[in-house]
Amino acid sequence: MDQFRLHHGMDLLQAKPYHSPEFINFKCMISVSDLTLERYFEPVFQPVSFSISTGDLVLLTGDNGCGKTTLIRILAGVLAPSEGRIEWGDDGMIYVGHMLAVKDDLTVTENINFMRQFLGHSETSTAEIVERVGLRRVCEQTARTLSAGQRKRCALARLLLTDAKLWLLDEPYSNLDKHGMIMLDGILERHLRDGGACAMATHGSLRPEGFEYREIGMVSGAAS
Amino acid sequence: MSHRTGASKAFLALVRRDLLLAFRRRSEMMQPLLFLLVVVSLFPLGVGPSPDLLGSIAPGVIWIAALLATVLSLDTLFRSDFEDGTLEQFAISGHPVTVIALAKIMVHWLVAGLPIVLLSPLLALWMNLPMDALDVLVITLLLGTPVLSLVGSIGGALTVSLKRGGQLLSLLVFPLYVPLLIIAANAVSAAVAGLPYSGQLGLMGAGLIAALTLAPFATAAALKLSLE
Amino acid sequence: MNRFMLFIHKTGSPPWFYNFSGKLLPWTWGVFLVLLVAGLYLGLVKAPPDYLQGESARIMYIHVPSAYMSMMIYALMAVMGVIGLVWHVRMAEIMMISSAPIGAIFTAIALATGSLWGRPTWGTYWVWDARLTSELVLLFLYLGVIGLYAAYDEPRKAARAAALLALVGVVNLPIIHYSVTWWNTLHQPPSLTSEGSAIHPSMLVPLLIMVVAWKFFYISNLLVRTRLRLIEQDQRKRWVHHILSGADR
Repeated sequence: MDQFRLHHGMDLLQAKPYHSPEFINFKCMISVSDLTLERYFEPVFQPVSFSISTGDLVLLTGDNGCGKTTLIRILAGVLAPSEGRIEWGDDGMIYVGHMLAVKDDLTVTENINFMRQFLGHSETSTAEIVERVGLRRVCEQTARTLSAGQRKRCALARLLLTDAKLWLLDEPYSNLDKHGMIMLDGILERHLRDGGACAMATHGSLRPEGFEYREIGMVSGAAS
Repeated sequence: MSHRTGASKAFLALVRRDLLLAFRRRSEMMQPLLFLLVVVSLFPLGVGPSPDLLGSIAPGVIWIAALLATVLSLDTLFRSDFEDGTLEQFAISGHPVTVIALAKIMVHWLVAGLPIVLLSPLLALWMNLPMDALDVLVITLLLGTPVLSLVGSIGGALTVSLKRGGQLLSLLVFPLYVPLLIIAANAVSAAVAGLPYSGQLGLMGAGLIAALTLAPFATAAALKLSLE
Repeated sequence: MNRFMLFIHKTGSPPWFYNFSGKLLPWTWGVFLVLLVAGLYLGLVKAPPDYLQGESARIMYIHVPSAYMSMMIYALMAVMGVIGLVWHVRMAEIMMISSAPIGAIFTAIALATGSLWGRPTWGTYWVWDARLTSELVLLFLYLGVIGLYAAYDEPRKAARAAALLALVGVVNLPIIHYSVTWWNTLHQPPSLTSEGSAIHPSMLVPLLIMVVAWKFFYISNLLVRTRLRLIEQDQRKRWVHHILSGADR
């Protein structure tokens, strides 16, 4: 643990819990107020207001069909809200959605390499990223041949490609096996410690373990 | 620290990826071209093998077949990227969606439009088009097939989120192709008849420039709308 | 916020629009009926028969205004489409898509009457005349907009997609028109150019009256369609319950 902190140049004496507001470079990454989206002239979910700052892990929870995926797509900027305000910080964000954006006809390495060229290049080599998400054994296979969990890992590899501070993850634990979950917990912990933040939609049974998080319960329909 | 890529690098990365994908799915990419060959070969069977008749309808037949083959391939232009979530990643990547649309249109022309140009001498031979007019046919196809891809991409983007968008797509784009069909087929016919055709080619060039400047914006707007 | 945007937002409020258009409708229908009767009487009874085409030319009192409306409505759809796309004004979206069937019907009327007019003039019901061909392509453009709207599930997304298509179509419309005219002059000698010659006032007046009558028909029909669509879309909103329960009493 301490190795990480030293490695990233943080002062051990001043080190605060990573979710503390006094965190160095504390920044608001996204803030929404009274946000909702209408479909068929009805709000999909009751208006939500929150903000996500450095070190935050926010869980968007609720029953099936309560608008978690919709909200996270609004946060990612794919959808425009019908009501309410949304403001983004300038630290970049990355979104791993329900649809994984993994091309069936490309190999794992080709998929990651394309996203690297498209999004920006990090200093981490593709081989190292493949290793970290646990796909080294299958890295030359086309994505079509992968299992659902392996495809998920391939999509999650995008998180390691950029220095985007805000991660938006839609059901990141689904389809992952035990090792996959531990792997995701590992990179998430490191991301939060490095001053990142994460919003995660999850229907409740699959939650990050050993993290402090805030929960935003979502309810479908119009405000009562 | 990592760095954001510029739009031109993203453009090249996307072109390279789409060419690779087209190569991996080459049998699928061939289908519209086979369709083109089959459609043109049906005309002599339908109207009779008289060389004079075939020669006189050749410009129109070849151009209509090119239109049909292009529309057939347009449905797949954005569909796979839409369905696997790549398109929404593109839309939020910070790169202009117009640039992304332009890259995809360019690859579409390379794999669906350019082969039509390359096949056109064979089609001209089948349809008994006088060989003097072959160069004009090739030029009209070179100028016109990019317009087919550009204008058609608007239709492809508008129907990509629909389950059965393919049939609707042809209704949307064929009326928009009318001017191109008229002018291109007429240029070839004029060449056959020994009449001047440079005016038509000039109009087609102007059309290409207009489509190149306007269509990517419309396509980008339609793509963003389809993602909502 | 400037005066224009205020106006847009006020007329963009569904209850306000519903009430206002309800008051307007009897008048627009009334004006339409008066103009229709006057135009048909002057055109079909009072005006002299055409010295070349005889009585059959009277079909122009329906054909010409319909053809004119078919193009005007498409242009208006593009304008409303821009307002809907740029400022997300819902009323503009609804009026845009409500205009499409009216425009398509005017186009179909123009095609049918043109074809009927063609029988005595050209000896056949269909000739690939420049104006008829343009109208036919225009009908396809209308059907494309209507088909695209119908294919989408979400009404607002559907309206925006249809608006975008209408916009692309309107950019193409002049190009289509000129290319078809040019193509036509190449392929057959100009057969009938009565439009160029001076038209006698006894025929011009009923023609103009019919043009205005068709405009009032469009406005009335558009308002009716827009009101129905509003009520249908907002059926669970309070203002609709309010109006419907008030109407029941």
